[in-house]
Amino acid sequence: MSLGSPTKYWWDEPLDPYEKTWVWAAGVFCVLITIAMPFWHYTGDQNPSQEYYKISPEKFDAATERFITAYKVGEEQGIPVVVPPPKSDIFIRAHQFGWEPILKLKVGQSYKLHLGSMDMNHGFSLQPINMNFQVVPGWDNILNITPTTTGVFHIVCNEYCGLGHHTMIGKLYVE
Amino acid sequence: MASDNFRVCPTTGLKVDFSAQTLIKLNAFTAIVFLLVGGLLGLAIVLTRWQAVHLLTAELFYRALTLHGIAMLVAWIVFFEMALLYFTSAILLNCRLAVPWLGWLQYILMLVGGAIVTVMVLTGNADVMFTSYVPLKAHHLYYLGIVLFAVGAILGCVTFFATLGIAKTEKTYQGSVPLVTYGAIVAAIIAILTLAHGAIFFIPTWLWALGVIPMMDPETYRLLFWGFGHSTQQINVAAMIACWYAIGTLTVGAQPASEKFSRSAFALYAIFICIASEHHLLVDPGISAAHKEWNTGYFMHLAVLASMMHAFSVPAQIEIALRKKGYTKGMFEWLKKAPWGDPAFSSMVFSVTGFGFMGGITGILYGTEQLNIIRHNTIAVPGHFHATVVVGTTMAFMGITYYVLPLIFQRQVAFPTVAKLQPYVYGVGMWIFCIAMMFVGGFGVPRRHWDITAAESLFKGELSFGPTVDLGFAVVAIGGVLAFVGGAMFVLNAVATVAMGKKVNQ
Repeated sequence: MSLGSPTKYWWDEPLDPYEKTWVWAAGVFCVLITIAMPFWHYTGDQNPSQEYYKISPEKFDAATERFITAYKVGEEQGIPVVVPPPKSDIFIRAHQFGWEPILKLKVGQSYKLHLGSMDMNHGFSLQPINMNFQVVPGWDNILNITPTTTGVFHIVCNEYCGLGHHTMIGKLYVE
Repeated sequence: MASDNFRVCPTTGLKVDFSAQTLIKLNAFTAIVFLLVGGLLGLAIVLTRWQAVHLLTAELFYRALTLHGIAMLVAWIVFFEMALLYFTSAILLNCRLAVPWLGWLQYILMLVGGAIVTVMVLTGNADVMFTSYVPLKAHHLYYLGIVLFAVGAILGCVTFFATLGIAKTEKTYQGSVPLVTYGAIVAAIIAILTLAHGAIFFIPTWLWALGVIPMMDPETYRLLFWGFGHSTQQINVAAMIACWYAIGTLTVGAQPASEKFSRSAFALYAIFICIASEHHLLVDPGISAAHKEWNTGYFMHLAVLASMMHAFSVPAQIEIALRKKGYTKGMFEWLKKAPWGDPAFSSMVFSVTGFGFMGGITGILYGTEQLNIIRHNTIAVPGHFHATVVVGTTMAFMGITYYVLPLIFQRQVAFPTVAKLQPYVYGVGMWIFCIAMMFVGGFGVPRRHWDITAAESLFKGELSFGPTVDLGFAVVAIGGVLAFVGGAMFVLNAVATVAMGKKVNQ
């Protein structure tokens, strides 16, 4: 019994055929799920970021400002709206409690999206298509993206970042 | 040893060391008090996320969520595990407890640490969530409280190993230790490794909060936090599975089908599971994909193998035991005639199935690099871990409590009918709660969020997750309230038993 000591030679007792079969089946399953990840990494279309750099919040802020000044076309709710050219580096700055700027992207074109934080950890959660990435202060999290659907998207912060966390919503257009 | 330091258990014939017995009582009872606190907070949280009710203010919600995590995942579970460590060493090995004062120090440090943390959160000095990701900063006493709690837990493990040493030298048992003790050893090994790991970042963070040293890089913090935070969950897994085997023996007299099989599975946990933790960082910057995949895939899936082995051997040993009792008609007579009215047995069945089918499968899925993009930080994640640590660990601990009460507290359960129904109310409630949360998470609903209608944001009225999500949250709330009722049935019954249950004949 489990609460008392086992018989003296418990290690020498052979496994039942059922147990052997199960271990093999489970082992094969574990190998398959382990292979699945790297396999998809090389063959799949959608993988997390492969590129990142250490960058101070001040420098990321300055880069975002340069980007906004270069491509700003207007404002919405006091937030700059930016239309960047395809294949360019684009920036979204997260801070307590907002996302800037509002991007207008072209469907089918590729962009290099830089995500950075000015203060806390934030969560970049693009809705309603539901894609989620971590935004960490001191790091530039880079995503190579190609929008495939047009429409209005919102960026929800899904990493708790302070008592105003739920007010932190951003916006993004794909045309 | 003098005979006045122990009593002989009339049921099992084992010697029960008095200092071990007192420490088991204290730790288990304190655990249950924290379960009550955490349960009340959980009820308030679930009724807040259900937007139709939206009970708490934003500030109180985040505060309640921080304390809910600490009261449940840290206090309830670790206090109970300390009781299990003393039970599986001193009691099961028929031995005296080594260095009783160290055991007392464990209890006092954990109680003081837990109290400090609770006060800091309640007074609004630590609105940082359970994870306290820097640069979020709490009052420095918050970190000190956690460190004291962890030191206490390490001392509990030291007492456990010292007791094993005494049992070995004084030859209080024959041959190998029992399987349940073996599982507890694995839990204690993982505990010492992970708690020491926790010191690597909690102590610098504490010094940072004191203003002594600069802040740690936030990504380094996340890496170290999860190296501690996920691995500590494996203490719970090992302790939970030890309880499954114990309950199998206590309820139907089951014996492990193969000691070799079960113990090998436990050993796999000790070797591999500590290493897997980067599935929390799959969409983070700062760590290469190769490193994440190696860590998440290779090492975790060997631990998955261990869980699948237990998933086979725990039901198998119960079937064998029940068939030996003569329930051999057809494939499933044994299942029909199983002791479904025994709360320990039904708790264990909920625990095994919930942990495996809900918690385990979703854990593997959400921990896949690519799938993590659509689940990271959504409410599906708490859905997953409520399946593992609540349906899994908590229900296993609740189940074994129904035997700890008569054997250690020497009291008959005060309300047997309530006890009989409790696992069903709690288990069904938690199943509904977890599945609904994972369902809602599929729509991208964030976790740890006070208001998904974004009513206080710049883009008020623009964002909506749709009516399906509203319905989903109503189901989450129904499950949550049902689970709260089941939890309350457990806590009140346990407290009533300790306070006024009929004494078991000595």
